[in-house]
Amino acid sequence: MYPLSFSIAHALPETILAVGALLLILVGAIRGEKSAPLVAELAIGLLTLALVVIFIGAKTTATVFDGAFIDDQFARYMKALVLIGSIVTLILSRDFLRRENIDQFEFPVLVMLSTLGMLMLTSANSLISLYLGLELMSLALYVVASFHRDNLKASEAGLKYFVLGALSSGMLLYGASLIYGYAGSVSFPGIAAALKSGPAIGVVFGLVFLLAGLAFKMSTVPFHMWTPDVYEGAPTPVTAFFASAPKMAAVAITLRTVMVAFPNITHEWRQIVMFISVASMALGSFAAIGQTNIKRLMAYSSIGHMGFALVGLAAANAAGVEGVAIYLAIYLVTTLGVFAAIVAMRVQGRSVENISDLAGLSRTDGWMAFFMAMLMFSLAGIPPMAGFFAKYYAFLAAVQAGLTPLAVIGVLLSTVAAFYYLRIVKVMYFDEAAPAFDRAPFAVRAVCAVATALVFCFWVYPAPIVEAATNAARAFF
Amino acid sequence: MYQSIVFLPLLGFLIAGFSGNRLGARATEIITTGLLFVSGVLSWAVFADIGLGHGQASAPILSNWITSGGLRVDWALRIDSLTAVMLVVVTSVSSLVHLYSIGYMHEDPSRPRFFGYLSLFTFAMLMLVTADNLVQMFFGWEGVGLASYLLIGFWYEKPSACAAAIKAFVVNRVGDFGFALGIFLVFVLTGSVSFDAIFAAAPGLAHKSVSVFGFEWDAWTITCLLLFMGAMGKSAQFLLHTWLPDAMEGPTPVSALIHAATMVTAGVFMVARLSPLFELSPVAQGFVVVIGATTAIFAATVGLVQNDIKRVIAYSTCSQLGYMFVALGVGGYAIGIFHLFTHAFFKALLFLGAGSVIHAMHHEQDMRNMGGLRKDIPFTFWMMTIGTLALTGFPFTAGYYSKDAIIESAYAAGAHSSAATYGFLMTLLAAGLTSFYSWRLVFMTFFGSRHVTADEHGHAANDDHAHDDHGHGGHTPHESPLVMLIPLATLALGALFAGLAFSGDFIGHRFDEFWKGTVAENHIMHAMHEIPGYVGYLPTVLMIVGFLVALWFYILAPGTADRLARANPVLYRFLLNKWYFDELYDVLFVRPAFWLGRLFWKGGDGRVIDGLGPDGVSARVIDIARGAARLQTGYLYHYAFAMLIGVAAFITWYLLGGVR
Repeated sequence: MYPLSFSIAHALPETILAVGALLLILVGAIRGEKSAPLVAELAIGLLTLALVVIFIGAKTTATVFDGAFIDDQFARYMKALVLIGSIVTLILSRDFLRRENIDQFEFPVLVMLSTLGMLMLTSANSLISLYLGLELMSLALYVVASFHRDNLKASEAGLKYFVLGALSSGMLLYGASLIYGYAGSVSFPGIAAALKSGPAIGVVFGLVFLLAGLAFKMSTVPFHMWTPDVYEGAPTPVTAFFASAPKMAAVAITLRTVMVAFPNITHEWRQIVMFISVASMALGSFAAIGQTNIKRLMAYSSIGHMGFALVGLAAANAAGVEGVAIYLAIYLVTTLGVFAAIVAMRVQGRSVENISDLAGLSRTDGWMAFFMAMLMFSLAGIPPMAGFFAKYYAFLAAVQAGLTPLAVIGVLLSTVAAFYYLRIVKVMYFDEAAPAFDRAPFAVRAVCAVATALVFCFWVYPAPIVEAATNAARAFF
Repeated sequence: MYQSIVFLPLLGFLIAGFSGNRLGARATEIITTGLLFVSGVLSWAVFADIGLGHGQASAPILSNWITSGGLRVDWALRIDSLTAVMLVVVTSVSSLVHLYSIGYMHEDPSRPRFFGYLSLFTFAMLMLVTADNLVQMFFGWEGVGLASYLLIGFWYEKPSACAAAIKAFVVNRVGDFGFALGIFLVFVLTGSVSFDAIFAAAPGLAHKSVSVFGFEWDAWTITCLLLFMGAMGKSAQFLLHTWLPDAMEGPTPVSALIHAATMVTAGVFMVARLSPLFELSPVAQGFVVVIGATTAIFAATVGLVQNDIKRVIAYSTCSQLGYMFVALGVGGYAIGIFHLFTHAFFKALLFLGAGSVIHAMHHEQDMRNMGGLRKDIPFTFWMMTIGTLALTGFPFTAGYYSKDAIIESAYAAGAHSSAATYGFLMTLLAAGLTSFYSWRLVFMTFFGSRHVTADEHGHAANDDHAHDDHGHGGHTPHESPLVMLIPLATLALGALFAGLAFSGDFIGHRFDEFWKGTVAENHIMHAMHEIPGYVGYLPTVLMIVGFLVALWFYILAPGTADRLARANPVLYRFLLNKWYFDELYDVLFVRPAFWLGRLFWKGGDGRVIDGLGPDGVSARVIDIARGAARLQTGYLYHYAFAMLIGVAAFITWYLLGGVR
């Protein structure tokens, strides 16, 4: 047993967020509605503090809280991504919520609580802590999805997400209990030890249900159905949040679960991962083609990208984990940049979401069009944008693991997907100009610019990300 | 010196091509024309040395071109009597045409390009005639074809010019295919492409046979036939002649240089150069005679009724080329070359004269719209008359010596060969027709009165090229500038005296000293001196008959020709439409080719490759996208159902065993 101080030291970001969230609720409750800007700024500060703590905090691996919580390189890497996603979401939401008249102090608090759940999820080392983190994350997400409660679509989105989320939680719990029943342990190392002698069919059943629950959070086929509706209905900054931080956490826990708890039945879980990977890539590539709403399009895009990331997971080796880590970092930056551009889509005070509204953007706002175009190139995976290297590392791992067909399918489907990304570029640069957008706030433009700069310059100096990802992958091997 | 003759035109082409627009049109004209004149003077020096004097033939090797296994091809300049004759013809006519073009093309905006092409053509033609092996000859052969294509299509904004250029190129390609096969066969038989080696090896291989498609052929017969196929294409012989009349779409100086005096005679030159091979194959020789004689009579009949001044001369060219091949086929290689030599002068004269007429008429080419021009452009009239006299073989003009010699040699050879008899009859008859259509041209153009004046008819319709800066008030015909008349006068001298001056060297008593064995010798040169006396007069008689008929039809009793045409409409249309060869080829080759092309394009590429490839794939992608979007119904229970189905499918998969 470690002393409590040791445990707290390794869970310092979570502690900061937990305590901070409670304090902010008090601030909001005491100061009332006017406190929204203050709470939001404090929330951004606290999340940034947590991010700083991760960078300067302990660099050792430790298992604390009775083996339920693990703090290792991988967890820290993914937590940094989660926190970046949350911070940027709050930055993007400031102006948007004020204009939509839903600028309430609960929003930053909910994002913080959800982020807390994600961090716990990322560090979960047993089925119990997994479920705890997952539910904390999800409950807050259900609420923010319908945060625009006077809006019919937002309410519908929240409700759909909640009902289906409850279903997936039920499946996950069922799977967890099956695994516990057959393995006799809830901790991941314990499960791994119990499965040394090979898989029992009950454990495989449990695995299927467990992965179904996690796939729902990653929004991968066939558990993706909520994604387009929720992405479209939710307020745009919330969609940005959905597309960024929770995805990081969900992939992180999926990866940790299969790597730590089921390394002895790789052959079994790989089949599921490969299937949902191919199915997600295919659906993400094909279904987005017919979309007219850019948020829906990004929903399918995110489904496809999760499929690409899972190609690296299917490899089930160090290179694969590294590929997934790099993929997620690049996906996060690109997606946040794109959503910043979508948040900026506002004509005479009214938010617009159709692809046709982007027409002729190159003439009305050349820089935004340029940022958007570069980000689209990155999502399509066109060199030398970062998105190309993301796919490169993931596919490389698959090829090294002998899964060449999977990589080939991925490359072909990414070609199909390139169509709808390039179409947006075409609309922006070659179509007759639609009414010009209002000038976006500085923060939004800055997010877009920084994201573009990052995806643009990745190939010049990829070392920090690649090195961090390599270290993260070392946590499992 | 030899190098200068060949490469000065190339230099002119490079200067005109790379810096013509910077130097300006006038500088380009002076440079290219000046270089050509230098080349021309040097050529006459070579001719005097090698042909008339006692200079030794030589073939200095410039450099190696290709060495691959047993194949060795060198760049070399073979200079002997035959080449010397060709050098004189090519450089003289070319330099005069260059000079003439300065006047004729003075309104054209892209003169540097024109002069560049002319010089390029001249270089290629000189490479052809100085070739010491078949491959270099083929290089020149293709080079003149390229230049011809570029010059026919010089006014590329005119669709008819583009079509004519393509037609010339494609029809020549048919002949070139045979030529190339012939070269391959020569290499297979002798292991060399160099002339000396081929000629040395040829007699030893006589009566050898090769197997083609299961048939046994005499080796040299099939080789010569294939090589002659190339000559037929280049020299517009019967069956491959259709491109030549259409080639008149090019500027008139081009017609004079390429399509009368030089390029079209490349086939004649080639057969003469390879005469030792043709001597080995009587069958091929007979074939040459038959094709030549048929061309001579065919083109002459068509020429009778044409109304475009340039087309009449074009068919005349075709016909005269047929004469040359008759001479070659009966073994009179020197006679064929002699006719080539004299023909170059008077045919270039006729073309340039016609150009002067066209220039005077502001690019009117239809003779029916001309008439009475001898008063307006007397100099041109006299030049054209001289050309016509030479062409029809008026005694002591150039054509008299060469053409009559051909007819006599054909008669002499007829003693041993029925093909030669056919050749004799056809060429004799064609001589009468030649006289008729030549004088018809002169009468229609220069005599009588204009039915329709140029400014109310056809001026724009027959517009040769863009000329909006005509500074003349009204449209009265005007004499051409001096720069165009000097070439006419020079060529007229040649047309009058070339026969008189050189017949002794080419086909007379100095035969052996002149040719020095560069063309195969046989008995024909002696046999033609022993024919009955009346045969020698027959061509002249027919020439006079043709003249009188033309005189009667067009001067004494105008309208006779029209009545005759109305009385025999079928025959008239048959001739007017050139024996329907274009229509026949259209049905036989062009349309099936287009059909095949369309089949591959629409069916093969469009439907199969695009259909299954890009278009098909994208169409399927759209279908799939539509289907995938339809899955998204918006109903919660559908979504939940999908999730449960997914889990159920995975479970079932593992229950069934999964992938082991």
